Amino acid sequence: MQLNDLSAHELTQKLRQREVSAVEILNASLKRIHAVDGRPGSLDAGDITPQDEQTLHAFITLTEDRARQQAEAVDHKLAQGEDPGPLAGVPFTVKDIYCVQGTSSTAASKILANFTAPYTATPVARMEAAGAIMLGKVNLDEFAYGSSTESSAFQPASRNPWDTSRVPGGSSGGSAVSVAAGEAALSIGTDTAGSIRQPAAFCGTVGLKPTYGRVSRYGLIAFGSSLDCPGPIARNITDTAMMLNVISGPDHRDNTAAVLPPENFLEKLEAGVKGMRIGLSPDYFQISIPDPQTGEYHLQALPQEMEARVRQTAALLESLGAVIVDDVPMPNSRYGVSVYFVISRVEAASNLNRFDGVKYGYRTPGKLNDLDKMYRASRGEGFGLQPKLRILMGMYVSAAQFSAQYYQRALKVRAMIRRDFEQAFDKSGKYQVDALLTPTTPTTAFPIGDVYGDSVLMQYADQFTVPANHAGVPAISIPAGFDAHGLPIGVQLLGPDFSEASLLRIGRAYEIATAEEAWRQVKPQVLH
Amino acid sequence: MTEKISIETFDHLVELAALALSEDEAAYLRRELNHQLDAVNELAAIPLDEDLPLTAHGISYTAATSPAMRKDEWLPGENPEAIIAQVPQTDAGFIIVPDIPHTDLDEPHAA
Repeated sequence: MQLNDLSAHELTQKLRQREVSAVEILNASLKRIHAVDGRPGSLDAGDITPQDEQTLHAFITLTEDRARQQAEAVDHKLAQGEDPGPLAGVPFTVKDIYCVQGTSSTAASKILANFTAPYTATPVARMEAAGAIMLGKVNLDEFAYGSSTESSAFQPASRNPWDTSRVPGGSSGGSAVSVAAGEAALSIGTDTAGSIRQPAAFCGTVGLKPTYGRVSRYGLIAFGSSLDCPGPIARNITDTAMMLNVISGPDHRDNTAAVLPPENFLEKLEAGVKGMRIGLSPDYFQISIPDPQTGEYHLQALPQEMEARVRQTAALLESLGAVIVDDVPMPNSRYGVSVYFVISRVEAASNLNRFDGVKYGYRTPGKLNDLDKMYRASRGEGFGLQPKLRILMGMYVSAAQFSAQYYQRALKVRAMIRRDFEQAFDKSGKYQVDALLTPTTPTTAFPIGDVYGDSVLMQYADQFTVPANHAGVPAISIPAGFDAHGLPIGVQLLGPDFSEASLLRIGRAYEIATAEEAWRQVKPQVLH
Repeated sequence: MTEKISIETFDHLVELAALALSEDEAAYLRRELNHQLDAVNELAAIPLDEDLPLTAHGISYTAATSPAMRKDEWLPGENPEAIIAQVPQTDAGFIIVPDIPHTDLDEPHAA
């Protein structure tokens, strides 16, 4: 097996046992990147070539020199007999929504294309302090607005390693691609409505949205400040737990980073699921589709394959000693997308106000004699369509004459979505489940160009993931095989506040029980 | 599709948002906004309990889980040179921008 395809925990073990050096691991990553990634995303991409269509374009900026310095430092520490850190030598990528000092930090937008971050985001700084090697910044939907990575201003956008004619999902598309294709062992993404879990599902990796407040958001270019969660993407559960150990914890620079007793997410990872209560909800086995003409909702059944995979997973967990609790009602989860259209847009509009061409980022080159015109031209020229759409929607639903009808109402429905989770998990309630098991997404990866442009349909890709962002609860997507077209299917586990250890434990039990299954040996198309 | 956002309202929003749009962009954005509003309108029909709080966060913060407020003392900013280096136009540590818009008042103010 190639170095690239080893897990993070195996790599760091081999490194400590001096079987391989950090520089050798880095060289293997770079070789894989050069083999499969093609040209990185850029602003002046020109036409997409047939060659582009066969390669992955996970990267916006490869930081090779920086990575080499880090790798040499790790090897040096080891040679000196010093501890190089729990993730020593492990190559990782960073969604380009994080500021990393001295690197281009673009949010995949023209408005930040020329921005070099003067500081490093806390979760990334923690990875580097743990000895991990940052390979570069990977592509995403512009400002994290989207579920396919297609809206990036840096084209070609990333492609799915299992079928390069399909999207990798989004907004953390580059993150999921770089891990699925063995370019890196880990990636740090963000999840605001499913932006870690959905691309993880589409690309066959593990993706964890921690509890809101579990990981500091300092240095994250903000989208929805009450929804954004930094989190890990990895190829297996143990790596995910290792990474969560490193990035989580309080931060005096982010007053929404919760102060909690220290926790080791590896400690009870293999404790198994005996006696754990895992709920299935009928509300997560149907899809809400808005009619494009009338705007009315139709509820239709989840595609057979997706439902079957969740039920098979439940049956397997039951055979391992879990108790499956059917019919857990989650009646307000279906409002998750419409609530999200309101709340996330209000927060996005507010967070995008700072991009005005004054202190950093894009300023219109035209010589204007009026500051107001400068703001408008800079923002008009710098932002893509998706940010503009969110700003305008945010302004509308929070405007004084509409805010009771939209924004305040949405905040109340958010309370109802949250309450469903509290009732499901309540240890003195009717269901008392430790976790809910649901599909991650309504479909597997869709073809590039199929959905983009229809902003409503695109948002509905997140209908099973967004409730966790409203409620703040942790949720993980784990790979659970493939559909009839050979595309990855993910299943999702959701748990009470700060129950990541429990979700990882269930995921690990499932992983161990399916370790010998044929589907785990299948490699992405791009690696054939 | 309901036409909630008229061209007039749309133009007002663009004004508030400090954006400048091409005609094609404006047409696409207005159409998508109305399309999204159709999705949002299902919220109107949901019966709400009177006692439901406005929930800005899913997770509650307690005194124990919230970080302590820091001392109100001045600390130097980190790395100001790197921050100033990002400014599009500077002069001697000042940020240079065009002048603010001026409006002539038609009538003199009352004293």
